[in-house]
Formats: sequence, structure tokens, C-alpha cells
Amino acid sequence: MKAIEARDVALSFGETPALRGASISVAPGEIVAIMGPSGSGKSTLLHCLAGILVPDAGEIHFDGHRIDTLSEQQRSILRRDQFGFVFQFGQLVPELTAEENVALPLLLGGVKRAAALNQARPWFERLGLGGLEGRRSGELSGGQAQRVALARGLVARPGALFADEPTGALDSLTGEQVMDLLVASAREQGTTVVLVTHEARVAAYADRQVIVRDGKVNALVHS
Amino acid sequence: MTLLGLLEREPSHGYDLKRDYDTFFSRGKSLPFGQVYATLGRLVRDGKIVVGEIEPGVGPERKRYVITDRGATEFESWLTEPVQAEPNLQTVLFTKVVLALMLDRPAEEYLDTQRATHLRRMKELTDIKRGGNLVDVMLADHGLFHLEADLHWIDTTAARLDALRTVVKG
Repeated sequence: MKAIEARDVALSFGETPALRGASISVAPGEIVAIMGPSGSGKSTLLHCLAGILVPDAGEIHFDGHRIDTLSEQQRSILRRDQFGFVFQFGQLVPELTAEENVALPLLLGGVKRAAALNQARPWFERLGLGGLEGRRSGELSGGQAQRVALARGLVARPGALFADEPTGALDSLTGEQVMDLLVASAREQGTTVVLVTHEARVAAYADRQVIVRDGKVNALVHS
Repeated sequence: MTLLGLLEREPSHGYDLKRDYDTFFSRGKSLPFGQVYATLGRLVRDGKIVVGEIEPGVGPERKRYVITDRGATEFESWLTEPVQAEPNLQTVLFTKVVLALMLDRPAEEYLDTQRATHLRRMKELTDIKRGGNLVDVMLADHGLFHLEADLHWIDTTAARLDALRTVVKG
């Protein structure tokens, strides 16, 4: 059983190939780290798996369904309803409070405001953010903002969480706290996680690591 | 030297020293009583500690060991001396890479295998950290940072293999 799968995916930006036959499969509830040097194609692969980019060739499957052939609108709905995202710089909406940011995926999914905020609030205690619900992103530290982003990524109980360098902007101790919470929360919900990182210490939180090199995925064979 | 340091804190019985050593330093490999008393005997012989008051009681008499000025000076000197920063320029891995290139063997595969082995160990240490107390966390961190430094070297070397091959093959 595979939750997410890429089969022989290729994608070029203009004349520059980013992926050249990349294949990967992720089991339900598994946490996989994609590593690789800068420019290797690891973020491009994540964006293909998450239905943000459409490959030139190959197939992307989620939960048994092919998603690379879906229309832009269908992929947008899929991302909203099934996927959560955490990016390097949190990318919180600055005009919204922290709890409104966490509630955002629910609001976009049609949940009423009061209900969405009710679902968002428990995440603040769970992630050690109690008392910060009313703050805006400018009033949060980097680690706090990233934990808010993590809560936002998981609040709608997505089938998959895609995290692109989620600790890249944090010092190592704060980054570890975020990873600890990410792993614990994803396990609790049974969420499949695909994580891109260039840091081995972050990748070590995953169940499995793969390396993208020259646009292809190398499964690491543990001796 | 660790036992000397524990005695610098306060005079202690052999049993207490073993307990504290096991708590903070042994990490699952308990220090045998025989080794504790052999070390204490050697430190007494060398004048670094002395046997203080002996407490009578049920069973064998309990000796309390006390650090001497000589022992304290030696401990202080050891404590303040930086640990040698080993450049590790001739590691086994380095030797393997150079030989592999010389012999037209798949150096990149060796590096990949080593990377996988390092990452597996890093995962084990991370699991220890996630379930451990602060002492476990700090010890695991020490290992993780060293493994991470090795991985940086592995990655950089992998990126330079073509250039290194030219140098090695002449």
C-alpha cells in the first residue's frame, strides 16, 4: 500500500532539467526525508508530489489516484482538502492572528469561523504556544511562527504533510523542537509526511531518507 | 580521572562513586565494583586520594575516600587542558576513497554506503534523544554533531570525486 508515489517523473524549467526520471513511494503514515545537494531537484520533486507542479513526463499518485492528470482547479481542491504544507519561513498571513492562521485551511474548506477557531485553539497548548493565539506573525519568534505554521499544516487532519526545509530558518535547538512536534503530531494523526531538508540532523527524525542527485532519487541502502 | 573529579566534589564511598559514575557517564555499561576499588587503590597508592573516616556497620567497613591537594591539582590540570583537536586527516574512510580512485573502484558507492550507515546511526541517536533524559540528550547530541561533520565531509568529497580522481591518478 502506497500513500504517495512518483513514477519516473521528469520536469524541466526551460532548457534546464530538474527531474530526470525520479521515482519514490511513501507508505501511509510514513515519514520520509528527501535530502540532496542544492539544485539537485529535491524541492521540485516535493512540489510535484504535492500537486503544485505538473511533471512533463511520468506519473504522480496519491492514495491510489493519479493526480498529475487533474486540472489546475482539481489539484487546488486536492491540496486544500488533503494536504498540509510547512515551508521554510512559515509564510503566515501577517494580517491574521496566530489562531486565524492556524484556522485558515478549515476556513478555506468551508468550516464556519467559530468552529474553525475552536478546532485551531487546542493546537496552541499542544505545541507550547499557549497565550500566543492573538498575536500576529510579526510578534512571534521564528520558532513560534514555525510551530504556528506546523499547526496550520496539520489542523485539517490532512492525509499528507509536505514540509520544505521546515527548520531551515531556525537555530538547531529550536529546529529540533519543531521536528519533535512535527513527528509527534504526525504520528498521532497518522499523517504521511514528506520532508525536504539538507540537514542530516533533521532528516534523522524521519523513518527513511532518500537522496535526490541529478534529478533522480537514490534510495539509501543501510548496510 | 572521572572518579577523581567525583571526589573533588565531596568525599565519597566507593559505592556512591560507582552509582554516580553509572548515572552520568557509563550509558548502559555499568562500571564493575572491582574496577572502582582497583582505581581507588591506585589513586591511594599515588597519593592522589586518602582513606578518610571508616564507618563501622553491618557488613564490611565503609571507607570514605578524600581527595588530596596533589589529586586536586592533577584533576584541575586535566580539566582545564583542552582535549586535543584531532584533525583526522588520515581516516580510514579517506584512505578507502583514495585507494578506490587509484584502483578504479566505485568510490561514490562506498561514500553512499557510508552515508547510509551514518544516517542510520543518527536516526538511532535521535530516537534515544526523543525518549531520553537530558543526560541522554546531551550525549546523543555529541555523537550527532560529530556524525553530521563526517557527513559534510562525505558530501563534499562526493562532489569532488572527479577532481580527486585526476589528482590521484596523475
